[in-house]
Amino acid sequence: MSQANSLSVPHLLGIKDLTKDDITLILDTAATFKEVINRPVKKVPSLRDLTVANLFFEDSTRTRISFELAEKRLSADVINFSASSSSVKKGETLLDTVNNILAMKVDMIVMRHPAPGAPHFLARHISARILNAGDGTHEHPTQALLDAYSMREHLGDLEGKKIAILGDILHSRVALSNIFCLKKLGAEVKVCGPPTLIPKYISSLGVSVEHDIERTLRWCDAANILRIQLERQDIRYFPSLREYALYFGINKAMLDRLDKTILIMHPGPINRGVEVTSDVADSEHSIILQQVENGVAVRMAALYLLAGNRQ
Amino acid sequence: MNQERIILSQERFALTIERLCHQLIEHFDNFENACIIGLQPRGVFLSDRIYARLLQLLDVPSLEYGKLDITFYRDDYRLRSKPLLPSATSMDFQVDNKHVLLIDDVLYSGRTVQAALAALNDYGRPGAVELAVLIDRRFNRHLPIQADFIGMAIDALDQAYVQVEWGQKGMEDRVLLFADKKDREK
Repeated sequence: MSQANSLSVPHLLGIKDLTKDDITLILDTAATFKEVINRPVKKVPSLRDLTVANLFFEDSTRTRISFELAEKRLSADVINFSASSSSVKKGETLLDTVNNILAMKVDMIVMRHPAPGAPHFLARHISARILNAGDGTHEHPTQALLDAYSMREHLGDLEGKKIAILGDILHSRVALSNIFCLKKLGAEVKVCGPPTLIPKYISSLGVSVEHDIERTLRWCDAANILRIQLERQDIRYFPSLREYALYFGINKAMLDRLDKTILIMHPGPINRGVEVTSDVADSEHSIILQQVENGVAVRMAALYLLAGNRQ
Repeated sequence: MNQERIILSQERFALTIERLCHQLIEHFDNFENACIIGLQPRGVFLSDRIYARLLQLLDVPSLEYGKLDITFYRDDYRLRSKPLLPSATSMDFQVDNKHVLLIDDVLYSGRTVQAALAALNDYGRPGAVELAVLIDRRFNRHLPIQADFIGMAIDALDQAYVQVEWGQKGMEDRVLLFADKKDREK
């Protein structure tokens, strides 16, 4: 159980700013919210006096729905905003947009933005609580927290557990947040992918690097498989998707060759047949849909703890 | 300076719980269509004791028994400087049309019970709800809420603090009254 009873930070901008106690506190609190969302009445009145704005300057399905559900399950009032249908197109700056929304008495901001550091910039200029729902290639803290929560459900305490992150590490905010989170919880982390998709100095974060997918699978207790983020790749990092799938895709035969069962995870959306085949994504090893369920509970915990922290 | 006073010692403590159990059986008979719900976190110590003793007295393997956490239903959540941390809820039944017995350790302002009644609504519409407490601080109520089964009623000033100790770490079961909240050792 966690030692602290409140977060050490006023915003959730990234896992980098959190202490181990903060992470444990969020995960422990999420466990009680998971019970709440499995009740016949999946709703509690904790945040009924708050209004939360979900600002999505970048496309999202899972994260936006997950945050919106978490907010509604906590009885907060919710407003949704997406950049494609707003005054952003007319040339309004980020700060102006947010200040206009806050002038309508909004208490918390959940933001996804293509620019790394956008929520950190906002935090310096506005007083509302901010949750980062993904900033460019930088961080995606709630994804890392729900991944850790899902691993903890199956593997117990993550201290000393071996976790592999596979795929497009270079463009992935999920990878960076996961590395920070898992290292703080005491896990061993290995990243695996083509050399062009692994940042040059990644080992300075305390992770090991591997390019052989089968060796990585033999090593790990859980494999978190990431999507190839073609939308962020302005140059070619590998010859073709077919070649990527051939050398770095995970198929059922690889799992059958292992002498143990490992957890298969994926933050979604899945490109079936590229980084992972359908029979792996839908196999009994896969906890991909459990990750999605846990996402709501973890986001409820983060919202609840940030809203209650009035120091 | 320690200003605490023992208001319920080990022997009287056991006697009080025994009496409560007999009163409950008198009222609920064999607990048919009834359920027992302890309020997390501290009411559960009392409800665990009462539940275990009721099973012995009634000679049955089990009764419908749940533990309810009311943290998310509290009215003072956003008035505190730090968030209240929840405990686990285990309610694997619905309370529709059931005779519900809520159990808490100390009835003070009545706000916990108000939150519990709100939480209970999410598990259905109970036929009736009654409340059992170990200690009733009867002159400190903020709301029109009263207990139906009372271990001990005490008259204490608002600044006083009642601490129930459940024999943890080899200590005795006892109830302490501190003249001032600030005197309470953490």
